[in-house]
Order: sequence, then C-alpha cells, then structure tokens
Amino acid sequence: MPSLDDLKKRITSVKSTQKITKAMKMVAAAKLRKAQESAEKGRPFSEKMNNIILNLSSSISDKESASKFLVGTGKDNVYLCVVITADRGLCGGFNTNICRKAKNYFEKILKEGKTLKIFTVGSKGHDQLKRVYGSYIIEKTNFKGFKNISYKEAEEIGKKIIKLFNDNKFDVCKIFYNKFKNVITQIPQAQQIIPIENVQNKNEYKNLENFYEFEPEENEILEDLLPRNISTQIFKAFLENAASEQGSRMTAMDNATRNAGDLVDKLTITYNRSRQAAITKELIEIISGAESL
Amino acid sequence: MEENFKLEIISPEKIIYSQDTKMVTLPSYEGDMSILKNHISIITFLRPGIIRAQNKEGNFEEFFVQDGTVEYFNDNLVVLSASAINVKSLSKEFVDNLNKDTKDKLADKNITDHDRYILNHKLDVLKEIRV
Repeated sequence: MPSLDDLKKRITSVKSTQKITKAMKMVAAAKLRKAQESAEKGRPFSEKMNNIILNLSSSISDKESASKFLVGTGKDNVYLCVVITADRGLCGGFNTNICRKAKNYFEKILKEGKTLKIFTVGSKGHDQLKRVYGSYIIEKTNFKGFKNISYKEAEEIGKKIIKLFNDNKFDVCKIFYNKFKNVITQIPQAQQIIPIENVQNKNEYKNLENFYEFEPEENEILEDLLPRNISTQIFKAFLENAASEQGSRMTAMDNATRNAGDLVDKLTITYNRSRQAAITKELIEIISGAESL
Repeated sequence: MEENFKLEIISPEKIIYSQDTKMVTLPSYEGDMSILKNHISIITFLRPGIIRAQNKEGNFEEFFVQDGTVEYFNDNLVVLSASAINVKSLSKEFVDNLNKDTKDKLADKNITDHDRYILNHKLDVLKEIRV
C-alpha cells in the first residue's frame, strides 16, 4: 500500500502530464488546420499533372522509345523504397503504420529474391527500420529544424532519386506515406512512382488519342515532365503526411488526456480511501485505549 | 459573343491565379505564343519568361515563370509551374539573387548547349524586368 504522500505525488505528476498532453493536442489541432489546408491547395497541381501525363502517354504510339520513367527499364530486379515518416514521435501509430506497411513489402520483395534498397525520409522511420533493415538503407534524410517543408525540399529528394535512376541503381521505385482521410483515419500508402502506374482513369482518356497538338514532340515533353512529376508526387506525399501526422497526434493526445483524467480519478479515490482508513485506524486506537483504562 | 476562357496558374503549393481571360501570351518552348478562345488543344512547356494575361476588362496581369507545363483543353488553359510569381510581388532582391544564380550556373562548363540557351534567355528576361 503506497503512503499518502506517495499517492499525492503521483496525482500531481499525472496531472502535470495531462496538462502537457492537453497542450500538445491543442497545438496539433491548430497545426492540423494549416496542414490540411495546404494539402488541399496542393491537390490541383498533382491532379492536373497526372492528367497531362495520362494524355501524353496515351498518345505515344512508339512505346519502345518512350521515356524510361514511363515504361521502366524492362527489368524489376532492384527495388528502391522511399519511406516517408515524421521527425517527431508522440503521434500515435503514425510512424509505426508506415513502417509496418513498408516492412511487409520488404519481406515480399526479399522473398522473391529481388534486391532491396531503402531511402528513408524523416528520422523516426530511419530509427525504426535501421535495426532490421539497416544494411539495405542507402540514403537517409530528415527535416529536423525545418518549420515548413516546401516544394524545394521535395524537389531535392526528387533529384536524388532521379540521379540514382539515371545511374541505373534501381528499376522500380515506390514511396510509402500516410494518406490523410480524416482526423481519425490515416491510410498507409504504397505508391509506385517509377515506372508510373497509370491504371487509374486510363479508360477515360483512351478515346482522346492524338487529340492534342504537341510542341515539341511528345517524347521530349515527357522527358521534361516525368522527372518533375516525381518531385510533385513526393511533395504530395509530404503534404498528406504532414496533415496525417498532426491528425494522428491530435487523436493520440486526446486519448492520452482522457486516460490521464481517468487515472487521476482512480488515484484520488485510493487517496481518499487510505486517508479515511488512517483516520479510522487512529480512532479505533484511541477508543480501544480509552476502553482499556 | 463571349470571347473569354479560363486561365489557371497552379503551383504545387496553391492556385496562384484563376480567372476568365481574353488573351494570354506565354513564353512557350519554341517562342512566345498568344492564346485566344477556341485554340486547338495543345500541350507544351515553358521557358523562362513572362506570362501576360488580359482579363475581361482589358487589364493586364503579369507573371514571371522559370519553367512549367501548359495544357489548353476545352477552353481551359492550365499552367503548372513551381516558380510562377506575380510580377508585382517580385522584389529587387529576388531578381538580383536569381540573376547571380543564373550567372553562376552559366559559368559551369559542364552544361549542355540547350541549358546554356535557357540560362541566357533567363538573363535576358531578368534584365527586362529590372527596367
């Protein structure tokens, strides 16, 4: 049985933890609104970019000479997995969910006997993956100390990936991130960016073949556009991730605050009971002492 | 008859401009081109330069771009550019920095002729802005 003093200390400590989680929840809520806004603002760009690429790729007649970013290298031996996570913890299952999704995929690749290469973006993902997959990680980066992640950062990572691709370091590239659905739900995503997956909406554009005028040639435009598309996709992943992180943190901190409240209630009851027990014990002692006289 | 079409200038971060316009002049890859309503569907990309948009009232709005992609389809003109900026909000500092940056890149011997052409062109455009 803990002493009264101990209980009192526990209660104060839990209360101050509760204050912290409450504050973190509020901060996350404020940041979430901003992140969500910018995620929504960023959507038109990647959507339009996708449309243009679909239009272009459907009107390319000569698939042989098409850009490698579109059709791939013709092999699928080496996989590059870009795992995008947050730099900070205390956001529930946010980082773990991405890593779990990625790990499942890694296992699948390794089982098939393919070569795996990992590029981690964000320090939390790196921490989680380095224990088991440390030897596969070829590149890592994080944005600690950055207040806002802008397109420039995404472009830099895009350039790194393009350089690796041009050096024939991998055949297929996938990015892992959390898609923001709503505050409670974030869905871990695995998206293939090289070669581009354009299964979606494909039918819609099939009928438009040779409808556009191109200046310069289709292939030349694609050559210019596809590398840029990679940065765009990565930036989109960043935006979705940022919104998901804040949403996830908000929910996690909300739960933590509630749990702390429950704990405080429980501890207070125990405290009051043991105080009452002590008083009763003293009374009994006095009474029995008086009786024995 | 309505002679307007919709112009959208979109950056990865936000929609910069979205309005009905009469005519838009673009610094396209193979030279400047102006687009009016009922233009044929076209996809092209931009070189450094200034986009001039004339709105319904006949006023001009100008945007500086360093690169980008253009799609005209169904009387909708979409400009995708990571670097579009309204000329009014260009600061001297920004222009100077870009000028210096471009000159540094030009000094690099390993660039292709095409890059050199684009960079030189960018310098020309920057000069034009300063005046």
